Amino acid sequence: MGKILSTKNLRLYYGKSEALHGISLKFLDGEITALIGPSGCGKSTYLRCLNRMNDLLDNVTITGTIKLQGKDIYSPKMSKSEIRKKIGMVFQQPNPFPFSIYDNVAYGPRISGVKDKKVLDEIVETSLKKAAIWDEVKDDLKKNAVALSGGQQQRVCIARTLAVNPDVILLDEPTSALDPISSVKVESTLMDIKKDYNIILVTHNMQQASRISDKTAFMLNGRLIEFDKTEKMFLNPENKITSDYLNGRFG
Amino acid sequence: MAKKFTEELKKLQNNFISMGIDVNEEIYQATKLFLSSNHADKNIVSNQDKNVNQKEVNLEEQALNLIALQQPVANDFREIICILKASSDLERIGDHAASIANEAVHLKAVIQNPDVERIITQMSLKVRTMLESFLNSYYHNDSYESRVIAQEDILVDKYFVQARKLIMQEAEEHDLAIDALYNYLRVIRLLERIGDHIVNLTEWILYRNSGELVELNPGKIEPDLVRRDLEKNKNNGLIDDKDNQ
Repeated sequence: MGKILSTKNLRLYYGKSEALHGISLKFLDGEITALIGPSGCGKSTYLRCLNRMNDLLDNVTITGTIKLQGKDIYSPKMSKSEIRKKIGMVFQQPNPFPFSIYDNVAYGPRISGVKDKKVLDEIVETSLKKAAIWDEVKDDLKKNAVALSGGQQQRVCIARTLAVNPDVILLDEPTSALDPISSVKVESTLMDIKKDYNIILVTHNMQQASRISDKTAFMLNGRLIEFDKTEKMFLNPENKITSDYLNGRFG
Repeated sequence: MAKKFTEELKKLQNNFISMGIDVNEEIYQATKLFLSSNHADKNIVSNQDKNVNQKEVNLEEQALNLIALQQPVANDFREIICILKASSDLERIGDHAASIANEAVHLKAVIQNPDVERIITQMSLKVRTMLESFLNSYYHNDSYESRVIAQEDILVDKYFVQARKLIMQEAEEHDLAIDALYNYLRVIRLLERIGDHIVNLTEWILYRNSGELVELNPGKIEPDLVRRDLEKNKNNGLIDDKDNQ
């Protein structure tokens, strides 16, 4: 259980306006946590704080603490590249680099200095296997990744994230651009790999959250409304507003 | 979309309550028919029961459609499951009432035992009061009242045990009256079962309100309770509703 990620009283301001109002959450190794809430509730903003992607924006102030294995990821001692290696991210639109499947997956390890062809081969194979796409692409690793189907592209992106051996994987609506069959493949990939990672998933798909996540956090207007085991959230949430959202009464 | 769902759910709740009121009336008519000598309108209960059965089928169809098409979760899901399960119990209660009416129609009585009939009247009144309170607690989301109603089933069980004893005594005295006494036995058993189904109903309210699946039937939680209580009061003769409050 060494890959715990936690935030304490996390606040984010755009200029003077507060967008996240003090969010405290703890994500555990070996679990999938779903972040749900209506558009604009701050869940993607929150997710982006978790690997310092909001640092790229001007005029953003972040207070509170975010710790990975007890270390503050916003501390000046932590380099951003080190953080991004440990905390990988997969986006809504599959975004493979416009080169071969092999080079996509080998990209991260190469940057961190792996040169040995054999080692790279092994990393590529293991990562593609973990992402449950190896059998579909193993005979054609030179193929341009952009030529794959959307679902395959997304699994290559997951493999690319796995290749640098992260502790935490953040996913921002990873299946919203995919058809149901590809979505189910990505979901089963996540279920298969979750035991080795700490997975945090933003999703608008309630069925997806209930199918694959262990815990669910419901956010509204920049606040955390409720956080509990997914089973509890979908059967018997503490707050009526959570039930109303889950049943599409608003949002 | 969400508005339509809310409207459909409201309709489902209203239909459920309406079915409950019908079943209550059915129990009343059935025991009345059994205890009176006038069987002029002997089909009244079987017609009521057909209506109740149809209502259950409609409720099930509505509930299953909502689940399949709207995929409710959390509170809405529990509400629909509560109605789906509870409507089966209501339907069973209706069937039992119809069986009581059936006993009346086929009554070959040559014997009447006023004590047994008094207990049957009390049992019928008790289960109907319980059912009315159930509908009330369903409407008001009242978990506390549900638990209180479930506790009252112990009284129905006591009536049952006492009436059975009286019937057995009567059987020893009048060998020839077995048919008539068998009618009595059937009716008190059916009323006792109705009490159990009402306890099931209250359990579904608790599930709806809190997500808990619990056993509330006092006789099932403590099988010895009725016998023990009756032995304690055995010198007091027939139990009275007031003694057991």
